[in-house]
Amino acid sequence: MIEVKFFASLREQLQSEGEQLTWHSHFATVNDLIQHLCQCHEKWHMALNNPTILVAVNQQLSSSDSSLKDGDEVAFFPPVTGG
Amino acid sequence: MSIRIQTADFDLGTEYQLLRDKAYQIGAIVTFCGLVRDFDEGDGQFLELEYYPGMTEQSLKQIIDQAKERWQIINAHIIHRVGKLTLGEQIVFVGVNSPHRDAAFLASQFIMDHLKTQAPFWKRAISKNQTYWVEAKAKDQEAKKLWE
Repeated sequence: MIEVKFFASLREQLQSEGEQLTWHSHFATVNDLIQHLCQCHEKWHMALNNPTILVAVNQQLSSSDSSLKDGDEVAFFPPVTGG
Repeated sequence: MSIRIQTADFDLGTEYQLLRDKAYQIGAIVTFCGLVRDFDEGDGQFLELEYYPGMTEQSLKQIIDQAKERWQIINAHIIHRVGKLTLGEQIVFVGVNSPHRDAAFLASQFIMDHLKTQAPFWKRAISKNQTYWVEAKAKDQEAKKLWE
């Protein structure tokens, strides 16, 4: 299982808080996961391929070439604006 | 180390006393407080703060750990408020205690510069005229890079 989460403006843009995907060995990297999500949801393509979007794997900032394994939590979100 | 993410306001005097307690090697305390400032003309302005429960706390802990590696600080406390915040309200608190003032000053600025660019919080600005997600500022990234 891969738990996907979206936050803030990205969540609103995609109209989704996230989804749970059954683990598949072709989810080798974050980028593979993005491509899978874009195939399932054509309208998500532009938002998820936006170079400013950040990704966290298991709550650690990561990159699109970070590797994935079964059970990972993967979150996508826009640049942060706290403080 | 203390990290609190809360909707409630906080009292600077209480937070200062927490940093003073039980450590006679403390020679300096630096506190920073960020406020919600005017972002649009007119009344009825407020912010809505969202965060990523779990990751946000971890991210703030890592920032304090990095500050502790760089400077001789004894303790650091962070409070960040979430939810609805109106103009002039306190939004963030950073307090650092240390034997010496230079470490306390530098560590508190380091923590804020990293919080602004690393910790997953997002602001939505709401006024009578408009509602929008606040965009990250390039100058915040530049401030963080100065520490590298």
